[in-house]
Amino acid sequence: MAHPQTNRLTSGGRIERSKPLSFKFNGKKLQGYQGDTIASALLANNIRTVNRSFKYHRPRGIMSAGVEETNALLTASDGNGDLPVVRTTVRALIDGHQLKSPGGFPSVNFDLGRVLDFTHGLWTAGFYNKIFKWPSWHWYEGVVRRMAGLGKLPGGEDGNKYFHHNLHCDVLIVGAGPTGLAAALSSANSGARVLLVEQDHELGGSLLTNSGPINAVDSDLWISQTRSALEDAVNVTVMTSSTVSGYYDHNVLTVTDRSTAGVKRFWKVRAKEVLLATGAIEQPLVFENNDRPGIMLANAAMEYVNRYAVKPAGVMVVATNNDSAYQVAFSLHDSGVRVPAIVDARKNLAAEIAAEAKQRGIPIMSGSVVLDTVGTKVLTGVSVATLSDEGQSTVNPSGVVACQGLAMSGGFNPSSDLYSQAGGKLRYDAELACFVPKKCRQRVTVAGAAHGRFSLADALTDGACAGAEAASKAGFSCTPTDVATSAISSYNLKAIRITPAGDTSRQWVDFMYDVTVADIELAVRENFVSVEHLKRYTNTGMAVDQGKTSNLNALTLLAGLTKRSIEEVGTTTFRPQFMPVPMGAIAGQRHGDFYAPARLLPAHDWHVGHGAVFEDYGAWKRPEYYATDGRDRETAIQEEVLALRRDAGLLDGSTLGKIELTGPDAGEFLNRIYVNNVLTLKPGRIRYGLMLSENGIVIDDGVFARLADCHYLVGTTSANADHITDWLEQWHQCEWPDLDVIISPVTSQWAVATIAGPYSRILLQGIESDIDFSAEAFPHMSLATGTILGVPARVQRVSFTGEMSFEISVPAIHGQSVMEALMNAGGNRIAPLGIEALIILRTEKGYLEVGADTDGTTNALDVGFAGIVAKKQADFVGKRSLLRAEDQRKDRRQFVGVEPLNENENLEPGAHFVTPQNEGRRSQGMVTSACFSPTLKRAIGLGLLERGFERKGETVTVFDDGRTFDVRITDPGFYDPTGEKMHA
Amino acid sequence: MLRISCPWCGTRDELEFSFGGEAHVTRPGLDASDARWSDYLFNRENPKGVHYEQWIHRYGCGRWFNVARDTVTHEIHAVYKMGEPKSDLAETDRD
Repeated sequence: MAHPQTNRLTSGGRIERSKPLSFKFNGKKLQGYQGDTIASALLANNIRTVNRSFKYHRPRGIMSAGVEETNALLTASDGNGDLPVVRTTVRALIDGHQLKSPGGFPSVNFDLGRVLDFTHGLWTAGFYNKIFKWPSWHWYEGVVRRMAGLGKLPGGEDGNKYFHHNLHCDVLIVGAGPTGLAAALSSANSGARVLLVEQDHELGGSLLTNSGPINAVDSDLWISQTRSALEDAVNVTVMTSSTVSGYYDHNVLTVTDRSTAGVKRFWKVRAKEVLLATGAIEQPLVFENNDRPGIMLANAAMEYVNRYAVKPAGVMVVATNNDSAYQVAFSLHDSGVRVPAIVDARKNLAAEIAAEAKQRGIPIMSGSVVLDTVGTKVLTGVSVATLSDEGQSTVNPSGVVACQGLAMSGGFNPSSDLYSQAGGKLRYDAELACFVPKKCRQRVTVAGAAHGRFSLADALTDGACAGAEAASKAGFSCTPTDVATSAISSYNLKAIRITPAGDTSRQWVDFMYDVTVADIELAVRENFVSVEHLKRYTNTGMAVDQGKTSNLNALTLLAGLTKRSIEEVGTTTFRPQFMPVPMGAIAGQRHGDFYAPARLLPAHDWHVGHGAVFEDYGAWKRPEYYATDGRDRETAIQEEVLALRRDAGLLDGSTLGKIELTGPDAGEFLNRIYVNNVLTLKPGRIRYGLMLSENGIVIDDGVFARLADCHYLVGTTSANADHITDWLEQWHQCEWPDLDVIISPVTSQWAVATIAGPYSRILLQGIESDIDFSAEAFPHMSLATGTILGVPARVQRVSFTGEMSFEISVPAIHGQSVMEALMNAGGNRIAPLGIEALIILRTEKGYLEVGADTDGTTNALDVGFAGIVAKKQADFVGKRSLLRAEDQRKDRRQFVGVEPLNENENLEPGAHFVTPQNEGRRSQGMVTSACFSPTLKRAIGLGLLERGFERKGETVTVFDDGRTFDVRITDPGFYDPTGEKMHA
Repeated sequence: MLRISCPWCGTRDELEFSFGGEAHVTRPGLDASDARWSDYLFNRENPKGVHYEQWIHRYGCGRWFNVARDTVTHEIHAVYKMGEPKSDLAETDRD
């Protein structure tokens, strides 16, 4: 049997009593209705303490009915996993909801952590910087971390689905309260594409709580008429249960859309004009023990009674500094809540309001403020005192007024989060005692309560005008719709929110992070008087609510304590997100296989069929080695190396960057790019070249071929293919636009099968082709085009292994069939070759790998290009840098080969060359590549060594992870240094 | 997120573009002094205010072009093709 809803009214409200929902709170079975928020359902069941405070573990109850909630942030499970920090005041209750209080051990009603409250003098602002220094923070960290936090992250799979969407509109209206609805009606008439976004599941905003006739009809009817009108208009889109959470540059905004169960949609909206009708948030009053369960914002109390038909408490005192709370008191009274007193900080009150109170029998304590509250866990009474004439102190403290609830109103502060995110600046309005929009660089208008126009009549008029104006600014002719109300509301705020008496260490400013007036006083004493310092030192406004109810009071206090105006103190900047956005929504579908889509080789399936074990090389999946016949990794790599040196190997080189340059100036352009002389290259020939940054640093290497007079093919390293294309375009378009050349990246158009090894020529001569593979017709560093196996092919005779080698490029679509045919033609004299084996082969040959053997300091001279550089007269990218004295120093780190004296030494890349012990073990460079050579049967390596070129033959000590050993410095080429095999 | 108006394709999201550093930097010849060359290599305006810079419409037409962007407000004051003279901006109204 579910707990009865003792606080539920028998009639009224916008809940559906015919649709009961059952849910659990801390294991207790309860019931609410369709239309309830979690918070309203908890209140209906008279649940007073819902959580424990962050720092002092004080019992806390529901404080608001909106996004500003600081206490009722619970862990909610809706069948799709546990979600922490759910703002129960805005989250609709669903059947089967399981709610847990994250705070409280062993339970929320009895929390051992409360000891922190009884010893609160120890835990003032910045306490962790003062107390936990000795002997070390790490002594305490474990305990502190266990006690801190607002909940636990869910484990396991997230059952929700997340999608990204995009939307363009002329006018985006944020908020569908009276202002937003009036604005939408106006702008809709213009034909502009209008998007209206409301975070609630219902349109209406404050009208759902505090109704008044609009255009002579009941507000409920007006909302439904407006809704129909907007939904019927083809140019208007209405999104409910959707929160605009971020406002970025150039009017790009993000919306989290929760309107579909189990689905979160993340919208990127680009709006020509934005209209913020985000309303205002009521501010709390600050007095001693102002955080007990039962104390809530006045407007929230009215919302629970009017919208959800829930009495927040049986007896409620109302405390205020303005007229708006009288409406609250009357609503409470009329719903059967006894109101024993209205505590009003002001001395004077409009006669008609006083009369209305009198008619209901509600006593008014004018010129008074709440001094303190009593209660063990929940509120049982308040004590009141009269303000002195100058308002700086209190006199005549009263006895305790017994009550179970306190509705407090410190007046309203516009919800400026989005405006501030947009770069908007705020201005302090002394009369309204709040911050209103001042100026923003973006195309944004603020209307209604968000602009400090708090009365319904003002909000409607302002909204209608602003809506029309926004549409006009977006380029649509538009006149404001007539929207008017006969409801009269007055405000008459007196800027007193802080009771000038009592123990300030018990007066809460920021409820979520447990920041008190005393903490702010302490910060000021310690000279944290800049608003940004105050915020970080005390953490005020830094909790997940971003200080929606605490910033204004904190600034007011700071201004008072430092004798400055609030304007002078200034505000902090709001950042996205306005409301928490699930990480899943931001990720959208970019997870799993879609997180970083892999690039597959054209012959991927063929590699799979040959037992390839793949590794990621950039975005590419490339065979690391082939686990043929169950070979282990090491065996496979060694056997692949030996097979290629003995007969032939087949390597998939499709990832190598391929860029074609065509046009009469293609040669001249490349001559300005490469270190090498390009102009002397004849058609059909190939050259190895380096590309430098303008600072002379080696950024890429590879071969370039001249296909025809005005047609070149540039090869880049696999990783750099995209980058070099952009870079060439930048040089062409930005520096030498006069050169007539077209740059076309063609990397993925071609599949490349590289056949290398002494048997490769014989193999190729045995397959169907019109290309002459003989040594005379097809020498090393030349290129032939023709057909192979009936498909067009470009064959380059270049080598990265030191063997005779043919790179056969065919259209990507034929990659797999050509690979298969070549393998079949080779029979048992050809083996597939993985990247690991290739790395060993090129290390044996002593070939440079840019990025492995070079770093951000390695210039062309350091890798042995001094002769080529000296011979070339023309300018090229990076040339001027090589002329600097620094670049020509003899003691630079230069590219060398390394042979450990012990042939079986475990030589590793990253080991340092060091000076002798008696010279103090200074690093002189490092080993950059190393392997055990299966061909030479010894350890070999490459490295960058100070004065390396002149130290060939010298013995140098290497330091590696605490160990030292000696190596001999050599030329880089260990295998076939004369190149006989390669040129065969 | 910036909305950038490509001179060839029109207004697109920043995601389609890549940034390419300051525009209108003159590349000295081989006869430049070390000081002049190092100034070209390493020194940039880095203004608080309007910055003339190069962008490429990477996932669009592939063209490089110039943008005059305010580094404080991210407002884009002008977009113009490569080779066109530096956009002459009237004093813009800002805080």
